Amino acid sequence: MEMEAAKYIGAGLAMIGMIGSGIGMGNVFSSFILGVSRNPAARGEVFTMTMLGFALVEAIALFALVIALLILFG
Amino acid sequence: MAQPHGEGGHSPLQQFEVKTLIDLPSVGGMDVSFTNSSLMMVIALALITGFMTLAMRERSLVPGRLQMVAESAYEFIANLIRDTVGSEGRPYFPLVFSLFTFVLMGNLLGMLPYSFTFTSHIIVTFALAIAVFIGVTILGFVKHGMHFFTFFAPAGTPPLLLPLLVPIEILSYLSRPVSLSVRLFANMLAGHTLLKVIAGFVALMGAAGVLPLALLVALNGLEILIALLQAYVFAILTCLYINDALHLH
Repeated sequence: MEMEAAKYIGAGLAMIGMIGSGIGMGNVFSSFILGVSRNPAARGEVFTMTMLGFALVEAIALFALVIALLILFG
Repeated sequence: MAQPHGEGGHSPLQQFEVKTLIDLPSVGGMDVSFTNSSLMMVIALALITGFMTLAMRERSLVPGRLQMVAESAYEFIANLIRDTVGSEGRPYFPLVFSLFTFVLMGNLLGMLPYSFTFTSHIIVTFALAIAVFIGVTILGFVKHGMHFFTFFAPAGTPPLLLPLLVPIEILSYLSRPVSLSVRLFANMLAGHTLLKVIAGFVALMGAAGVLPLALLVALNGLEILIALLQAYVFAILTCLYINDALHLH
């Protein structure tokens, strides 16, 4: 197999790791919605932690992207 | 400058090129020229220092509007440290405040047209992250001595699991600077590359280019949110690592 073709296939496979991030993102915001619906007064504090959770889960997706870019262009 | 053929001249990755502005003689084999990245860092520093000094110039007990902004920024980070580390974290306030404002200004300055995002380079974010990591590790050893190594063996684990758990804990501890730096770097890189790619479509599609243009407006808003959020995440993770070093779980 040519190097170019192998790179494209490798990059595509590396992006499969983003599935985990998608599931995790759904978890974070579903917990936020459930938490606020049970206790609307806690919205401010829970929102801060939700934003922290969003950024951390997003990071996993971006790790997968970095590996894909490394395979494609490194 | 607008390439009607899209892939013709400019690639979306050209915005990350470091250009030398003032050539300086190399020191010890390293090129220390003043680059556009250095210029952005100096501008970020000047903006932060200038704003904080200017806003706090008249130190009135009842703050006016400008002083209120500076005090809100102070209070935001002070509350963050108090909530994560506790009152022992107060000596580390200058570090966390400097990190937060530097990363924030770096991210936000990159949103201006024709500017350069210095946090989109792994070497910059890795330098910040490794400084935090080494500082926090030294802090842990200074505070707890050899007892610091009990950090890797959480309380209440059965002794049979320890040979499996301790290497995993050490590995996860050593991956902290990597994750801290790559998170910020990849967010900035991916965001700005996406903006450039969509912008390329706007030029390419002619009259129908209002659709990618609307998407571009929304994406710019998202990028500004990500810029603020990533600075906050960097600061809060630094506070959490300081908490780990001071309180060992």
